[in-house]
Amino acid sequence: MATQTQETQDVQAHGDGHGHHERLQHHFISLDQQFSSAKLGMWLFLVTELLLFSGMFVAYAVYMQWYPEAFAVASEALDWKMGFANTIVLLASSLTVALSIHFIQKGNTKAMITSLSATLGLAVVFLIVKYFEYTDKFSHGIYPGEAFNPTGSYAYLDVPNAVQYFSIYYVMTGIHAVHVIVGMLVFAWLIYRALRHHFSPEWYTPVELGGLYWHFVDLVWIFLFPLLYLL
Amino acid sequence: MGNNGTVWLPEGASTIAADIDWLFYFVYWTSALIMLLVVGGMVYLAYKYRRRDASDAPRPVKESKLLEISWVVIPTILVLLVFTWGFQSYLKMNVAPPNAYEIQATAFSWGWSFDYPNGASAGNELHVPVDRPVKINMSSEDVLHSFFIPAFRVKQDVLPDRYSSVWFEANQEGEYHLFCSEYCGTQHSEMVATVFVKSQSDFNAWLDEASAGEDLPLPELGERLYTQQSCNQCHSIDGSQKVGPSFQGIYDQERPLASGEAVVADDNYLRESIIEPNAKIAEGYPAAMPSYARLSEREINALVAFIKEQ
Amino acid sequence: MSSATAAQGSPAASKAGNQGASTYLNHKKTIRSWLLTLDHKRIGVLYAVTLATVFLLAGLLALAVRAELFMPGETIMSNDAYNQTFTMHGIMMVFLFIVPSIPAILGNFVLPMQLGAKDVAFPRLNLASWYVYMIGGALVVTALLVGSVDTGWTFYTPYSSSGSVSVLYMTLAIFIAGFSSIFTGINFIVTIHKMRAPGLTWNRLPLFVWGLYATSIVMVLATPVIGITMLLLFLERILQIGIFDPALGGDPILFQHFFWFYSHPAVYIMILPAFGIISELMTAFSRQRIFGYKAIALSSVAIALLGFLVWGHHMFVSGQSAISGIVFSLITYLIGIPSGIKIFNWVATMYKGSVWLQTPMLYALSFLFLFTIGGLTGIMVGVLAVDVHLHDTYFVVGHFHYVMMGGTVIALLGGMHYWWPKITGKMYNETLGKIAAILIFIGFNTTFFPQLILGAQGMPRRYANYVEEFTFLHQVSTIGSLVLAAGLFLVLGYMVYSLFRGQKAASNPWGAATLEWTMATSPPDPHNFTRTPIVTRGPYDFHLADEVFGPQHTGDGAGDGAAPEPAVPRKTETA
Ligand code: HEA
Ligand code: HEA
Ligand code: HEC
Ligand code: CUA
Ligand SMILES: [Cu+2]
Repeated sequence: MATQTQETQDVQAHGDGHGHHERLQHHFISLDQQFSSAKLGMWLFLVTELLLFSGMFVAYAVYMQWYPEAFAVASEALDWKMGFANTIVLLASSLTVALSIHFIQKGNTKAMITSLSATLGLAVVFLIVKYFEYTDKFSHGIYPGEAFNPTGSYAYLDVPNAVQYFSIYYVMTGIHAVHVIVGMLVFAWLIYRALRHHFSPEWYTPVELGGLYWHFVDLVWIFLFPLLYLL
Repeated sequence: MGNNGTVWLPEGASTIAADIDWLFYFVYWTSALIMLLVVGGMVYLAYKYRRRDASDAPRPVKESKLLEISWVVIPTILVLLVFTWGFQSYLKMNVAPPNAYEIQATAFSWGWSFDYPNGASAGNELHVPVDRPVKINMSSEDVLHSFFIPAFRVKQDVLPDRYSSVWFEANQEGEYHLFCSEYCGTQHSEMVATVFVKSQSDFNAWLDEASAGEDLPLPELGERLYTQQSCNQCHSIDGSQKVGPSFQGIYDQERPLASGEAVVADDNYLRESIIEPNAKIAEGYPAAMPSYARLSEREINALVAFIKEQ
Repeated sequence: MSSATAAQGSPAASKAGNQGASTYLNHKKTIRSWLLTLDHKRIGVLYAVTLATVFLLAGLLALAVRAELFMPGETIMSNDAYNQTFTMHGIMMVFLFIVPSIPAILGNFVLPMQLGAKDVAFPRLNLASWYVYMIGGALVVTALLVGSVDTGWTFYTPYSSSGSVSVLYMTLAIFIAGFSSIFTGINFIVTIHKMRAPGLTWNRLPLFVWGLYATSIVMVLATPVIGITMLLLFLERILQIGIFDPALGGDPILFQHFFWFYSHPAVYIMILPAFGIISELMTAFSRQRIFGYKAIALSSVAIALLGFLVWGHHMFVSGQSAISGIVFSLITYLIGIPSGIKIFNWVATMYKGSVWLQTPMLYALSFLFLFTIGGLTGIMVGVLAVDVHLHDTYFVVGHFHYVMMGGTVIALLGGMHYWWPKITGKMYNETLGKIAAILIFIGFNTTFFPQLILGAQGMPRRYANYVEEFTFLHQVSTIGSLVLAAGLFLVLGYMVYSLFRGQKAASNPWGAATLEWTMATSPPDPHNFTRTPIVTRGPYDFHLADEVFGPQHTGDGAGDGAAPEPAVPRKTETA
């Protein structure tokens, strides 16, 4: 990519960058440098995200140790089929994101927009399924925290500390869902820019970064699903 | 026997104090030596090679590998030495001897109460026999507290809904401070109790007297509880203002409540205020009083009787 | 983005040689150009002003704490007021002042220049970090207006989950302010990896850069954990879910693990950049290459990584298992070794040098003294059996002030004096500088050394009131704090004065050999350098650095540090 910018050893310090790609920010020497910086930055950001979630995973592990019985019983209240469906949905969306990058590398903006829209659509599906899951829980009296009703319509939930399980369940899936929503905003913004032909095979950094982010959101779900639904 | 303390450490009055003090001073003097080395070297070099002319251009010096290795290896040896010593003493502090005399301690905001095997109990006063291992089993009624007796060199956090314990063997009679060293709110710094180390016979005498609460007249028992349960931390009997209202002359009076209503401070109200303090909040005061539901029926009656007399 | 600064064209180039005609300070003057700036130097200045204000406020709270402790019983405030005062002092000092301090002020200003770069990798993210920080700060103020926070800076549950609602605002504030650290950390790592000037290899990086690099790693890896901890605490409060509160089935010890998993590494966020500054000062003012460059660089990284494995040393008496206590204690000592390597190397750097005792160097030497005490007392509290006695006493308070105030803040002061000419283009008054440095040194020790003794004698911390026998040492400490404050106010005074009346500074008044001194004017051009530097030597190769002395060895740094202009390579011809 973008090899035309090797000339810049004696930096055109304040010029408006004639001869430079229009996307090259003034403090970088080349598009290559700019792109690899952005990518490294994104990876670091994902590392922080990973640690954010690992905090929750640790809390999960600790309470699982403390209250194994409650966790075993309570996780039965979840519908693994819905969780599984959502896993498929997210995997598919990861694929469409990867495709969109492939298309823009080929210069096919239209196909890229289509696959980005597909991704956005799949994210919506994911949230709809989540919505049904949550409302189903609520209707049976399963809320986070003090509103939790152990004797609701799942009578077998009346084990001590089932509420612990659901507190963690809501926190983890809730924060994950927030990430999905952020992802949707990102995709909407990418589509908007793509429609204005901002991206080209030489420069599509935002798409690449959005894709990385989305793979991460997907990956977190891949861990959440078995932990919460199957164990 | 214990010792009388030094510039750094307070008097030591338990069997492990000597151990800890040795360790402390070993690390302290080693540190002082290292400090001397660093500061001495620094002052010497800064003076010896002080700049004489603005255009000084000293030639670069070659580094000495030997020097570099030595200041990795020597500290490592020191550190491992201290580590082994430190953790052996720690293990010793952790494991209570099996024959230890056991006392239950309850921490609450903001006071201590101690229950003895024979039914005696005391608040904010810990009486222990000298030369005998004592193990304190502790739990908290509300937030975290910590049990700290500097003279014994022991400390252990006290947790709600869980037991923790600490043991010591006092070896010098006398009175010592017991501090709460985990921050617990407004009166954290007032959560100080006194430890009385007594000879076995004095201790037994005290035990008998303390468990004799049964035959005390109610108001007298109430007066004792008033200090033991640290009501006096928050309530005066002379009308002066503390965290809570003074007990002076409140009996049978109209008490304005925060809700805007008022209530007559009769026996029932007093009783309720002790067992369930947040049911009715007195106007102008925070809902800061802990519940005393753990007190026995007789003790509550005693407190009510005591308040009546004020 | 390139528009904001680059559209200005090239004023510096057109007036080449006419120093100061266009600098980053004066090329645009509107408030807007400051608040929306993407220039790392201006962002550094924004942070400097903000953080100095926070430090002033938090320091005044500390004086109030000391005043209350002048006598046992109630001296100037009630218990509740005292608890709120030390809590706010701790929270502001830690989360709002010292964690951002050196990286955000000096790191922002100096790092790109030492790398020979025009800016950090993500200038917008950089500006965002300042705004995020300000939002966090605004929430702290809200928390104060809504009610009071009296949990201590550690927020231990269940006390913190049962108190006033303003704890909610405070946890949210810390959650948000955390992002500002994360942004800075990401920015620095990427900048160091990707933006180095040609020829600037890893072992030619100035040690300040190494310090910032190690810090950034810790910022990126640890900050999210305090984020999630605060978030969980927040959710626990509003939804009553039981995570940390035992009354709801949670585990208060888990909170402590989470909290210290961040907050211990955070102490290295505070100290590693300070180490970097000290390395710069020791060599620049000894005019000697640094002793053991590699050892110093790598020990920073070692400390950063080991720092993740010792958090349990804050919990020796909290009820964790004896085994974890032992393991944590061992690793705690190991950190002493790389720290020692640094100390010894710095001392050895003066050997056969030319030691110039200007104000920044006085701070560097104070640092060696104070930090060694701080570190060694750290080792003392790391000894399991001894910590049982010392935990939560003034000994610990003494320890952490020796490392934070005596270490980080002293290094920050040294760094501020050192780079002041570069940042402002003005010299401060050297005589007053020396007087203040000595006042601060004496005041500091008078304040905090007695606290070490108090603690060992058994004085618990966070006490509004105390038993009689501690009175004398508390009074000495309070008096010391006034001397310390006098020194700091003196610094504030002559620094501000120098902005208006200070002598003009030369490009390289100290004769230092790193790029920001040898290749840029004081204050620098909006784009830092007029030419991208090409690096051919190490950062402390004074003997290879012709720029330092000039071709004719005219000397430099006589008198006040405001040297006759040494021959800084100007842009000779305009392209
Ligand atoms: C800048 C911040 C900073 C730094 C750098 C450090 C550095 C260290 N700290 Fe400190 N610490 C704090 C800030 C910091 N600390 C704070 C804020 C608290 C209290 C929090 C609270 O409870 O509110 C605390 C509390 C604290 C505790 C808990 C005490 C308690 O609550 O009971 C412990 C225990 O191990 C500890 C240990 C150490 C050690 C071993 C180091 C080491 O990194 C020090 C290493 C340096 C040296 C050792 C000196 C130089 C070395 C030599 C000259 C070589 C020779 C040395 C040897 C032979 C060992 N610290
Ligand atoms: C960066 C960290 C930092 C710094 C610098 C300080 C600085 C000071 N601290 Fe603080 N302190 C903490 C962090 C810090 N503290 C923490 C984390 C706690 C624990 C809180 C808790 O328990 O929860 C604590 C607790 C604490 C206590 C214990 C309270 C208790 O346990 O009951 C005391 C008591 O003496 C104290 C005193 C002081 C004093 C006198 C200073 C002095 O050094 C202050 C001097 C500063 C000034 C007087 C302001 C002057 C400033 C200017 C004029 C601005 C000029 C600007 C420039 C020069 C750029 N501090
Ligand atoms: C932590 C401080 C604290 C302690 C300890 C404490 N109280 Fe209180 N108490 C209060 C406060 C604050 C109030 C006022 C608010 C309320 O009504 O709950 C109060 C109210 C009362 C009242 C109602 C008084 C009125 O004017 O209506 C009684 C009776 C009482 N306390 C008895 C006791 C007794 C008996 C003890 C000890 C066994 C005790 N308190 C210990 C803080 C405390
Ligand atoms: Cu109880 Cu502090
Ligand atoms: Cu620590």
